[in-house]
Amino acid sequence: MAGGWRHARHLIVLALVVAAGLGAFLILRGAVVPAGFGKLGHYRAGAIDDNRRRPVSFAGQATCADCHDKQVEARSKGKHRIVSCEACHGPQARHADDPEKLKPVLPDTAILCRRCHEKDPAKPAHFPQVASTDHSGGAACNACHQPHAPKM
Amino acid sequence: MHPGVEGFMYPNEVELQWSILIVLYPYITGLVAGAFILASLERVFKVAAVKPTYRLALLTALAFLLVAPLPLQLHLGHPERSFEMYLTPNRSSAMAMFGFVYLWYLMVVLLLEIWLDYRADIVRMSQTTRGPVRWIYKVLTLGSQDISPEARKIDDTVGWIVTIIGIPSAFLLHGYVGFIFGSVKANAWWSTPLMPVVFLFSAMVSGIAAVMLLYMVVSRFQKQVVDMRCLDTIAKYLFYVFLIDFSLEMLDLIHRIYEADESFRTLDFMVQTRLYMSQVVIQICIGTVVPLALLGWTQVRRLSDGVRRAMYATAGVLTLIGIFAMRWNVVIGGQLFSKSYLGYTTYKLEFATREGLLPAIVLMILPLAILWVLLKLLPLSEKEAA
Repeated sequence: MAGGWRHARHLIVLALVVAAGLGAFLILRGAVVPAGFGKLGHYRAGAIDDNRRRPVSFAGQATCADCHDKQVEARSKGKHRIVSCEACHGPQARHADDPEKLKPVLPDTAILCRRCHEKDPAKPAHFPQVASTDHSGGAACNACHQPHAPKM
Repeated sequence: MHPGVEGFMYPNEVELQWSILIVLYPYITGLVAGAFILASLERVFKVAAVKPTYRLALLTALAFLLVAPLPLQLHLGHPERSFEMYLTPNRSSAMAMFGFVYLWYLMVVLLLEIWLDYRADIVRMSQTTRGPVRWIYKVLTLGSQDISPEARKIDDTVGWIVTIIGIPSAFLLHGYVGFIFGSVKANAWWSTPLMPVVFLFSAMVSGIAAVMLLYMVVSRFQKQVVDMRCLDTIAKYLFYVFLIDFSLEMLDLIHRIYEADESFRTLDFMVQTRLYMSQVVIQICIGTVVPLALLGWTQVRRLSDGVRRAMYATAGVLTLIGIFAMRWNVVIGGQLFSKSYLGYTTYKLEFATREGLLPAIVLMILPLAILWVLLKLLPLSEKEAA
C-alpha cells in the first residue's frame, strides 16, 4: 500500500492545493461577511438597529387625533374611516413635533383622489371608481365631495 | 395603449425581465450536461465506439461551462454581488444555490476528470514543448512527473469514480435549471414537474448533437478521417434520446390540452399566434420532426457514408436550432402572457445593448474560441501529444 501512495503523490498535491484554496476562501469569508449575519435570518442583524435609529417620518393616527378632533369625527362617519390621515396628507411627524412652525400643504384633490379612484379594469368592480375626465372634467373632487366623508 | 400590448397586462408584465441572455443560459448548460453524458457513455457504460469523441466531449463541456455564467452576469445590474452567494449561501433559494452546483460541476467533475485523463500527456508535453506554454504544462503537472503504469492505474480508477459522480452531477446541473422554471407556480407556462425532466433530455439531445457536429468539423480541420462507426453510434443515441425528449414534450402538451385548466385558452392562443413561428414551425417541425425523420431514416435504410454524414450534419444543425427554439419558447413564451390571462405583450429584441442580440452572438462564439484554445493545449489523440 505504501507503494500505492507513492504513485498517488500528484493526487495528494492536488488535495493540498484544493485545501489551500478552501482555506483562503474561508479567511476571505471571515473578513468580508459582516458580524451578526444570519443571527436572525438571511440578513445582517445589526441592520434592524440601523433602521431603528433613522428618524421617524409618520406621526401615527393617534397623534393626529389629539388636535384634529373635528376631522376625525367627520371621517369616522364615512367610508374613509379605514384610511389613516397620513395616507392622504403624507408623513407628518415633523409637523406633530412643532405644529406652529411646520404647516402641512393641503393636498390637491384633483390629483390625490385619482390615485385610488381612477377607473381601472384591474380593480375589483365593487370599488368606487370613475373615469375622472368624464366624471368631473378634471375639476377638484372636493368641489362636490367632502374628502373625510365623501358620500354625497 | 402601450405598443406591442394586446388586451390587459399588469404594469410590471409589459416589459420582459428575462431577455435572450436568459434563453442562452439553459441552452449553454444543456450543451455542457449533454456533452458530459456522451463522454460518460465511453467511460462508464463502456460504449467503445464513441471513444474518438471522449476527449472532445469533455473539452466541449468545459468550454461551454466556462461561458455558462456569463449571460447571467451580463443580465445582472450588479454582477459583482453574485459572489455573495458563496459568502452567504441561501439554502432556501434554488437560484442562489446555482453557484454551488456550478462550482461542484466545474471543479470536482469536469476539471478533475480532464486533468486525470490528460495527466500523462501533460507530463510528456511539459518535457517536450518549449517557451511559455511549457510553463503552463509544468504548473498543470503539480510537480509530479510520475506517469508509471501504477500511477496511471490510480488516475484511471479515480477518473472512473469522478465520472460516476459526474453523471448525477450533470443531471443535477441541468435538472436544476428546469426545476427553477418548473417551480414558478404563478406561471402556468412554466409550472410543471415535467420541466426538469424535459430540460434534462433536451440537454442530452443538444449536447450529443453539438459534439457530433464538432467531431465532424474538428476532424475536417485536423484532416482526419471521420470514424463512421463512432458517428453512427452517436447518431443512434441522439435518435433514441431525442425520441424520449419529444415524447415527454408531447406528453406535457397532450396533458395540458386534455386537462385544459384555467390557463389553457390563453396559452393555446399564444401558441397559435405569437409563438407559432418559434414553437410550431421552428421547434416542433424544423427542429424536431425533420431531424428525427432524418436520423430515423439512417436507422432503417442502408445509405452510403457520404449520405449518412450529410444527413447527420443536417440533423445536428436542425436539432441545435430546435433546442434553442425550445429554450426561447420556454423563457420568452412564459413572459408574453398576462397573469390575468387577458392580454399579451411583445418581446423586442435589441441589438447592441447589454442584453441584446450582439452580446448573445458573442457569447455563443466565445465557447468555440475557448474550445479552439483548449484543443491547441490539450490534443485529442495521445499520438499527437507524444
